[in-house]
Amino acid sequence: MNLEKVVFGFFIILAMTLNFGFFIGDITDARQHDLMEMFGAIVVNLVATVLKFGDRTQIGAIHLASSLVADLQLIAAAIVWTIAVHVTGSGLTPSTTASIVSLAGGALLANIVSVVILVVETVMLRR
Amino acid sequence: MGGVVFLFLRRMRAPLIVLIASYAIALLGLVLMPGVDPAGRPWRMSFFHAFYLLAYTATTTGFGELPYPYSDAQRMWVTFSLYTTVIAWLYAVGKIIALLQDPLFQRVLAGTRFARQTRALREPFVIVCGYGETGSVLVEALDARRVRSAVIDIDAGRVSEVDLRGHAADVYALCADARLPDSLLAAGLRNSECRGLVALTDDDEANLAAAVASKLLRPKLPVLARCESSSTGANMDSFGTDHVINPFEVFARELGLAVHAPSQYLLREWLTAVPGTPLVEPLQPPRGLWIVCGYGRFGRAVSGALESEGISIRVIEPDPVNIERADTVRGSGTEAPTLREAGIDEAVAIVAGTSDDVNNFSIAMTARELNPRIFIVMRKNRRHNEVLFEAFAPELIMQPSQVVATECLAALTTPLLARFLAMAERESNDWANELVSRIAGLDNSTPEIWSVALTPAGAPAAWREAAGAGLRLEHLLLDHANRANRLDAIVLMLDSDGRDSLLPDDSVRLERGAVVLFCGTAAARSRLLFAVNHRNAMHYAATGEILHGALWNLLKRGPQP
Repeated sequence: MNLEKVVFGFFIILAMTLNFGFFIGDITDARQHDLMEMFGAIVVNLVATVLKFGDRTQIGAIHLASSLVADLQLIAAAIVWTIAVHVTGSGLTPSTTASIVSLAGGALLANIVSVVILVVETVMLRR
Repeated sequence: MGGVVFLFLRRMRAPLIVLIASYAIALLGLVLMPGVDPAGRPWRMSFFHAFYLLAYTATTTGFGELPYPYSDAQRMWVTFSLYTTVIAWLYAVGKIIALLQDPLFQRVLAGTRFARQTRALREPFVIVCGYGETGSVLVEALDARRVRSAVIDIDAGRVSEVDLRGHAADVYALCADARLPDSLLAAGLRNSECRGLVALTDDDEANLAAAVASKLLRPKLPVLARCESSSTGANMDSFGTDHVINPFEVFARELGLAVHAPSQYLLREWLTAVPGTPLVEPLQPPRGLWIVCGYGRFGRAVSGALESEGISIRVIEPDPVNIERADTVRGSGTEAPTLREAGIDEAVAIVAGTSDDVNNFSIAMTARELNPRIFIVMRKNRRHNEVLFEAFAPELIMQPSQVVATECLAALTTPLLARFLAMAERESNDWANELVSRIAGLDNSTPEIWSVALTPAGAPAAWREAAGAGLRLEHLLLDHANRANRLDAIVLMLDSDGRDSLLPDDSVRLERGAVVLFCGTAAARSRLLFAVNHRNAMHYAATGEILHGALWNLLKRGPQP
C-alpha cells in the first residue's frame, strides 16, 4: 500500500461524493442544495486538480482535463450564485437555482469520469 | 518545452495545496464566526465577502472592516487567517522563485532554448562539439566567413566563454555531453541547413561517439573528427567519417611540403587562413641535418615526413620505451652536451617537439646559443604561453589547435577549395609560385574564398545571361559599375560538367550549371555577388548594354495614343 495513492484516491472520490451531495434534490428548490457542501466541493476539487499536476502519461492528461472541467463548472456555479445574491440582489429564484444546480451537475459528470479512469487504471494494474 | 512545464507543475504541487488549504480554512472560519450588523441583529459573513476580505488581507493590502464593523469573534478569526494565508503566500512565492533558480530547471530551460534556436536557424551552420582551443579558433574563423555555429561542450565554464567573445552573429552554445545522441539532435543535426559536424573534444572516444551517432542519424552529413591516436583514426575511417584530422600528421605533411615546395606550402597557408588577416610570411626550411627532440607521436610524424623528403635526421629522446632508432641520442635535449652529441654544430634545423612547453623553450634557447643560425620548429602545447612564443620568435610554430581548425575550415566553408588544394598539390612549385605572387598582388591580406554556381538559385542573373549571346568567365570579373575596371579577384578553378580545370582561361565560355571558385578581396566578393544576382548589372558587365527598368521604359516611350 502506498500512502500517496491513498491520498490521491481519497481526494478524487471525495470530490465526486461532495459534488453529488450538492447536486441531489429538486433542481429548482434552493433549500435542498447546501452552500457549505458547495464550498467543500470546490475546495476538494481544486486540491484534486493540483494532485494531478505533472503526470506526463496519456491517462494523467485525461485525469487533469476532467478535473479542470469540474473546476470550471463549479466555479461558474459559484459565480452565478454570488451574482444572484450580491450583485443583482434578485436572490435564489427557482430559475437561478436551476442554473446553479445544473452547472454542478455537469461538474459531477466530469468527476464521475475521473473516478472511472481511476478505477480502470487500478484494474489494469498487474501485480 | 513540454518537459519544463511538467517539471514546474510537479514541483508546484505542495505550495499550491498549502495555499488552497489555508484559504479554505480561513474562508470557512470567516463564514462561521458570529457578527452583528449596525442594527444589532446577528449577522454572518457570506462566502463572497469572506473571499473578498481574504483577497485583500492575504496579499497584505489591507482595507478596513467591510461591510460592517466586525465582532470580536470575527476579528480573532481574521487575525488568524491573515497570518496563515500570508505565510502560505510567502511559501508559494518563495517556492516559485527557488524553482526558477533551480539548476535542474535552468538546465532544462537552457536545453529547450538551445534546441529551439537551432531548429529555427535558416542559414548554413555547423555543429561544433568541444569549445576548447581548437573549437574557439574554428568558430571564430567560421564567423568571419559568415557561417553560423552551434556549440556543445561538457564544461559549463567554456560554454559561458562563447558569449564573452564578440562574434558577428550569435553563436548558440549548450553545456552537454557530445557522446549523447540527444545533445547532437538538440544542436540541430536534423536541420536541413546543417552543413557538417565537427568533433573537436580532447577525448578521442567522445569524438568517435559523436561521429558514429552523426553517421547513423544523418548519413549524408559531412563529419570531421579530430583524433590523436591512429587506431581511433582507423576506426573513424572504417564507417565513413569524411575527414579524420590528426594534427601531428597534418603538420608533418605540411612541413614536408614546406621543405619540398615552399610556394605550394605558402599557397595552402594563404588560402586556408582567416580572411582579412595579414598574409603569412614565406618560409624557407633549409635542407641538411635536422635534429628532432622528442620521439613521441609528433616526433615520429615529423621524422617520417622529413625522411620521405630525403632529409637526414637525428633523434634525441629521453624515454627508453620510445627509442626505436639505432642512432638515437639519449637525453632530454635541454642541455648542451646532448645537443652537441646529436651534432648541433653542423645541423641546419631543430624540432623542439616534446609535450612540455618549458622543455621546448629550454631546448630551443640552448640550440640557438650553440648555433645562432639554426632554423627552429617548436611545438606549442598551451595557449597561455602565447607571449613567450612571441618573445622568442621561432621560425615555425606548430600549434595543434590551429592546424586542426584550418583543416576543418577548408573542408567546411568551400568544399571546392579542398578539391582545388588536392589538385594544386600535383602541380609544380613554379606553378604555385606564380599563383602566390598574383595573390600577393591583390591586397596585402589573406584573400576571401568564394564560389558561384550558375544555377537559378545560386546566381539567377548569370544563369539567365549564360543562355543568350554567351557569358565568358572574364565577364564575371568586370566591375558592374564600370566595365573598364577589373575586380581584384582570381579564378582558381572551374567545374564545368563535372570536369575541373585549374586556373581556367578568361575567355572560357560559361555553361549553365558550372561552378566557379574565386579568391580575392572582400570588396571584389561583394561586387561580384551583387552582379551575378542582378540582371541589369550582369547584362551590362557581359555586353556593355544598359538595361532600364520597366518604369523608365514606360516614361521614355511616353503615353500611348
